[in-house]
Amino acid sequence: MTAVLEAEGLGKRYGRRWALSDCSLSIPSGHVVGLVGPNGAGKSTLLNMAVGLLTPTQGSLSVFGSEPAKDPEQLARVGFVAQDTPSYAGLSVADHLKLGARTNPKWDNELAEDRITQLGIDFKQKAGKLSGGQRAQLALTMAISKRPETLILDEPVASLDPLARREFLQILMETVAEHNVSVILSSHLVADIERVCDYLVVLVSSRVQLTGELDELIASHHRLIGPRIEDGASIENQYVVESSHNDRQSIVLVRSDGPVVDPAWTIEPVSLEDLVLGYMGQGKRHDSTRSTTSKGDE
Amino acid sequence: MIWLAWRQFRVQAYVALGLLGVMAIAFAITGPSIVHLYDTAVATCGTHGDCATVQNSFLDKDHFLQQLSVVVVVVPALLGIFWGAPLIAREMETGTFRLAWTQSVTRSRWIATKFCLVGLASMVTAGLLSLMVTWWSSPFDSLRDVPFSIFDHRDIAPIGYAAFAFALGAVLGILIRRVLPAMAATLVVFIAVRLAFTNWIRQRFATPLHITTPFQAPGPGFNGGNGLPGNPGDWVVSEETINSSGKVIGRYGGIGPNGEVNFRGNGSGVTYFQGVGKCPNRIPNPPAGSRSTSSQPSPAVQHAIQKCIDSFHLRSIATYQPTNRYWTFQWYELTIFLIMALLLSAFGWWWVRRRLA
Repeated sequence: MTAVLEAEGLGKRYGRRWALSDCSLSIPSGHVVGLVGPNGAGKSTLLNMAVGLLTPTQGSLSVFGSEPAKDPEQLARVGFVAQDTPSYAGLSVADHLKLGARTNPKWDNELAEDRITQLGIDFKQKAGKLSGGQRAQLALTMAISKRPETLILDEPVASLDPLARREFLQILMETVAEHNVSVILSSHLVADIERVCDYLVVLVSSRVQLTGELDELIASHHRLIGPRIEDGASIENQYVVESSHNDRQSIVLVRSDGPVVDPAWTIEPVSLEDLVLGYMGQGKRHDSTRSTTSKGDE
Repeated sequence: MIWLAWRQFRVQAYVALGLLGVMAIAFAITGPSIVHLYDTAVATCGTHGDCATVQNSFLDKDHFLQQLSVVVVVVPALLGIFWGAPLIAREMETGTFRLAWTQSVTRSRWIATKFCLVGLASMVTAGLLSLMVTWWSSPFDSLRDVPFSIFDHRDIAPIGYAAFAFALGAVLGILIRRVLPAMAATLVVFIAVRLAFTNWIRQRFATPLHITTPFQAPGPGFNGGNGLPGNPGDWVVSEETINSSGKVIGRYGGIGPNGEVNFRGNGSGVTYFQGVGKCPNRIPNPPAGSRSTSSQPSPAVQHAIQKCIDSFHLRSIATYQPTNRYWTFQWYELTIFLIMALLLSAFGWWWVRRRLA
């Protein structure tokens, strides 16, 4: 399977601050990929580089094996919904569709008009007067109607209310199913990722802490509850992601490389949120102590 | 892509077209009668005598519209501020560049299209405006015959100013990324560049000519215009007064740095020509003052003053650009501003492609 996005030693510096440094990852196509991480992890920087809005300071990045935005063909392969879904306030919805039609060779006008009609948005309405949810829908419509091979969405729902957010993600899912596009979606809300994604990338401080298919990740991780153990103690067949302790008990998030041998442990499934937060916490600890010990699935 | 560039620009284009239309109508209504008046009254006044009265009343005609020709000076700056500066800065400020740059049009083409469309529109706007004003004002201009003093609001130079102002605004917008600061910076830099050309650079387009004449006292009752070249349309860049040993002792047709001419004396009459020396003769009271004196001295006083001045053998050296260089200078000015506009545009194009990321 070819990679939608492949990064090697990727870094981006603004002045003296590195927004992303030494990031290496590979995202296979055919998935709806959720890119999660705390604020400032470099998600937005990574995605903006993937669509060619930013150029890397160091390292390399390719989308479908090509340099992002290097020519019109490459631009046509990627649909992008930017953070805060910008639109031309003075231009009407119809103007935006015309903009899409005039600047994209593969533009599917029927699809665009159908979607706007279904959403009940007035074609003559100025984009500046649309609600946040409608503007996000317009941006998604434009990104989809250019008929890209992959859709990249940078925090598309961050500024939407819960209802608009649910609606947006639902329509995104329908579209993905209908048009068979790969999707890379960044969010810091795990619930959103859980709703739509089947592949997960956890990015903390430029580092990929965890990557893989969602089902497999859930299946291979467990929460163990048992008698108190020392911090840093190892458990047979288990890779400890995170542990917390009280006087008598330890609660440990583990990746299971085999069955849990010690019968003292009670095994519970983990939620995606636990998993993501566990790895985020791990990433932060590694970052603050500059530890060189193993960092999960890298 | 041209569609998007036009769609974003068209309201501004219509406004410009509307204003040009209003001016065209005002000029079309008043213009023919001015030409007629010039042909019938001013051009033939020599045969009737009393040209001065006829000319003065003619020059007072349509005073407001004559003043309006200053818009040719102002419009290039406005184009830079309102068309140039927001062109890219607004996209940066509102984030819409993220939408524009992720359609299937490369950034190079996007920036090139915008620059070409709005840049050419700026040049056409300034060109049409200058054409109208130049045509309408031509009877007044030919009567006044001071082409270099209206150099920057006539003929083709304003086209260069508009191109430069636009490119300057657009590039500052690209660098600053915010509309209002970019507008302010555009205004400041544009004014600075224009002033530099008007006051220092333009007069060096060609080696100026010099003319040396005996110094004459300026002021009322005197011929004035010390050492001025014969043609009133010439552009006098500087006028220096030198003494018999060749030392510069005055500027602007006077003695001293500010063009003043002063005599000093006692109760029985003037004896000193200030800054030069003692007069060989005495000038009767009341002493003739500086050139600011408005009362006209008597012929006897004038004669005495001139005799005093003549005794020092002062000379005036005028440095000037002759009137027949006007069109050469217009082309120079246009070419230089167009080249600056092109360089700025190329820089902006490169910056958006390579650096704005």
